[in-house]
Amino acid sequence: MSNSPMRRGVVAGRLPADRIGANFSDLHPPLDAHEAAVAADRCLFCFDAPCMAACPTAIDIPLFIREIQTGRPDAAARTILSQNILGGMCARVCPTETLCEEVCVREVSEGKPVEIGRLQRYATDALMAAGVHPFSRAAPTGRRIAVVGAGPAGLACAHRLAMKGHEVTVYDARPKPGGLNEYGIAAYKTVGGFAAAEVDWLLKIGGITLECGKALGRDLSLAALREEFDAVFLAPGLAGVNALGAPGEDLDNVLNAVDFIAELRQASDLSQLPIGRDVVVIGGGMTAIDAAVQARLLGALNVTLVYRRGRARMAASAFEQDLAAAKGVHIITNAQPVAVHGNGAVREVEFEYTVEDGGKLKGTGETFRLPADQLFKAIGQRLEGAPDGLKIEGGKIAVSGAGRTSLEGVWAGGDCASGGDDLTVTAVAQGRDAAEDIHAALEG
Amino acid sequence: MADLSTDFVGIKSPNPFWLASAPPTDKEYNVRRAFAAGWGGVVWKTLGEDGPPIVNVNGPRYGAIWGADRRLLGLNNIELITDRPLEVNLREIKAVKRDWPDRALVVSLMVPCEEEAWKRILPLVEETGADGVELNFGCPHGMAERGMGSAVGQVPEYIEMVTRWCKANTRMPVIVKLTPNITDIRYPARAAHAGGADAVSLINTINSITSVNLDTMSPEPSIDGKGTHGGYCGPAVKPIALNMVAEIARDPECAGLPISAIGGITTWRDAAEFLALGAGNAQVCTAAMTYGFRIVQEMIAGLSLWMDAQGYARLEDFIGRAVPNVTDWQYLNLNYVTKARIDQDMCIKCGRCFAACEDTSHQAISMSDERVFEVRDDECVACNLCVNVCPVEGCITMEQLAPGALDARTGQTVPAEPADWTVHPNNPSARAAE
Repeated sequence: MSNSPMRRGVVAGRLPADRIGANFSDLHPPLDAHEAAVAADRCLFCFDAPCMAACPTAIDIPLFIREIQTGRPDAAARTILSQNILGGMCARVCPTETLCEEVCVREVSEGKPVEIGRLQRYATDALMAAGVHPFSRAAPTGRRIAVVGAGPAGLACAHRLAMKGHEVTVYDARPKPGGLNEYGIAAYKTVGGFAAAEVDWLLKIGGITLECGKALGRDLSLAALREEFDAVFLAPGLAGVNALGAPGEDLDNVLNAVDFIAELRQASDLSQLPIGRDVVVIGGGMTAIDAAVQARLLGALNVTLVYRRGRARMAASAFEQDLAAAKGVHIITNAQPVAVHGNGAVREVEFEYTVEDGGKLKGTGETFRLPADQLFKAIGQRLEGAPDGLKIEGGKIAVSGAGRTSLEGVWAGGDCASGGDDLTVTAVAQGRDAAEDIHAALEG
Repeated sequence: MADLSTDFVGIKSPNPFWLASAPPTDKEYNVRRAFAAGWGGVVWKTLGEDGPPIVNVNGPRYGAIWGADRRLLGLNNIELITDRPLEVNLREIKAVKRDWPDRALVVSLMVPCEEEAWKRILPLVEETGADGVELNFGCPHGMAERGMGSAVGQVPEYIEMVTRWCKANTRMPVIVKLTPNITDIRYPARAAHAGGADAVSLINTINSITSVNLDTMSPEPSIDGKGTHGGYCGPAVKPIALNMVAEIARDPECAGLPISAIGGITTWRDAAEFLALGAGNAQVCTAAMTYGFRIVQEMIAGLSLWMDAQGYARLEDFIGRAVPNVTDWQYLNLNYVTKARIDQDMCIKCGRCFAACEDTSHQAISMSDERVFEVRDDECVACNLCVNVCPVEGCITMEQLAPGALDARTGQTVPAEPADWTVHPNNPSARAAE
């Protein structure tokens, strides 16, 4: 170790490699067989189970847990994956505390839900570790479909279309597939190269051609895709990042949190990844939490997450907020950025306290400054470079039904499309449902 | 503080908790540890004839089934009677009894069905100072193939004959241990009674195969790919044992024959239930084998505190109290009408009651869009299934309809007077109400 957490500036190696390794190990370690049996036994096999209703992909949760209970995690995995082909990733990254586990009757009655997420991982990991891909393709239809974006929505759509017997080509702007599974999401939620392994496993269905490094608007045009393919599914995500709109934003070391996370996710040696001693993160969602926590885990001495409204309005769940606090992130609420100070690179960020007045946010006039070697912006992403001719609604591609856009033969899903939470699991549901709709439209 | 001491057929012990004849009582070392832990008595593991020692299998002797978190619910075994020399066992029994004179020490015996064999062994046991003998007519595996154990216990005439031999050849109290692997437990009990037995003890273990290994297609426990039926015991057998104890306790022909209860007794409450059904004491094995000897402290404390709370000063104050309430189906009051009631504050909305009633019973529970579950009195037959499947104890209860109330299911008013099957109009042989 060449540096300490105390050293000022943006430097690598603030912590020894073994500490870094421990810091970035599995947030929720996998259950072993006995732990899974005990956890599964707590499931009451509820009638018309609330957990199932709360799952955006409507996984039959009581059934898969009972299958684990009876010693058939492989059957459980089939139950999960038939609804959600990215059930392995969702088991890791779903905010279960606000979805299935929030409404689990055990949570409601005892404050301790059945560990649905970890049980789901137990089942899907077992099947994937065995190298089993439990689905096969229907007879070829001769139809060809283009999917733009190899994130959760695109992959789910492509897999379901391939199952139906269609030929699918998936394009992605980045060098690797996976979308936010690969480039977003905190590293400690998806360790061991799981995102890439899951894509490899998913592609075993066959009939899917992957073309990375091809971006819509740069290398591809929607018009050409519509010409060449029988249908198009758009799921490029949100490429744009919202700006602070405060002076000094262009100083060095003022970065988009999503870029920091992507760099971290792609780093081969985290001890070589530079991080500031004093780090400030602006935002209140999952991206802000992921950036702040990972900055701490890399050895930043002071990490402050600043959100302009009150705690209750933060998009990050209470669990995530607690996680950040437990990792030593200082959370300041009701403060908005007014200026970024520094000479060349950021040195300080100036904030003004706020109050909410009838839903409207206004500054109190009182300001304070936080020292900052790095400032990560995490105040939301937006659609960028949407093809002409698509109806846009609330900054997103307008869709109706199962992802139908305003253009004939063009569907959209995932974060780029209107409706639904910007969650991995929601994207999977939208991709899957659009595939079913495309299939019905082509074959109906 | 309740007095837990017992005098069972003349055998005194400071509490009613005895260790049953089984591996925990096979030798001096274990029995001394048991007495030090607080057990009121032991039945020493079954001694056989003098001669070449018994041979046991050298593979697994036990199989099991488990509940949640691998809680052991049922155990079976294919172990035979003691495989240690008779002389060693007798010497150890004598030494232990000498050092623990206040504890009950009963010796289990199993020798061939010949009077001479019993005549030979009884004086040897008497010489140790042991308090009594228990005749092992129960073990269902191995020894039964050689004409002993349950092979005797399944033939009432043999039971009576051997019991009579033993009574004629010893001054010690004779307890006859019964096998449950029969059709009607009253017949062997009556035979023991007729032979002069001082008491019966039951149940011995139940013929069983705990599981089948689906890879090797061998029953468990598996000995080189093959298995045999073993004796089943533990919490899973308790309901069977309760019934058999009750059948003997209420049998006029057995007329107060003392009973030492055995069968899945795991807690003070289990023991209290057997005593309420007429048992004079309680023998324990699987619970001790699962958790160790210290559990007797829980049993002593629990029983004592419960008795204090109930105002029972001595065990005799409640022994047999439940016996008059065990009856035949035909005498159950058909005018006792109950309906399920769901406590909405306690309900956790899992819907298990609904699924159970809707799919498998009487469609007597409704479910609203808000997951509110309510009983439909016009369909509820009070079967109790919803109570039994509800994960929240006390959430669903069976509430009696008061006499004069309308039973919405039958459209009839609940009569005030009890009436059973013997007087029911649908019964072709009903007695005329007098």
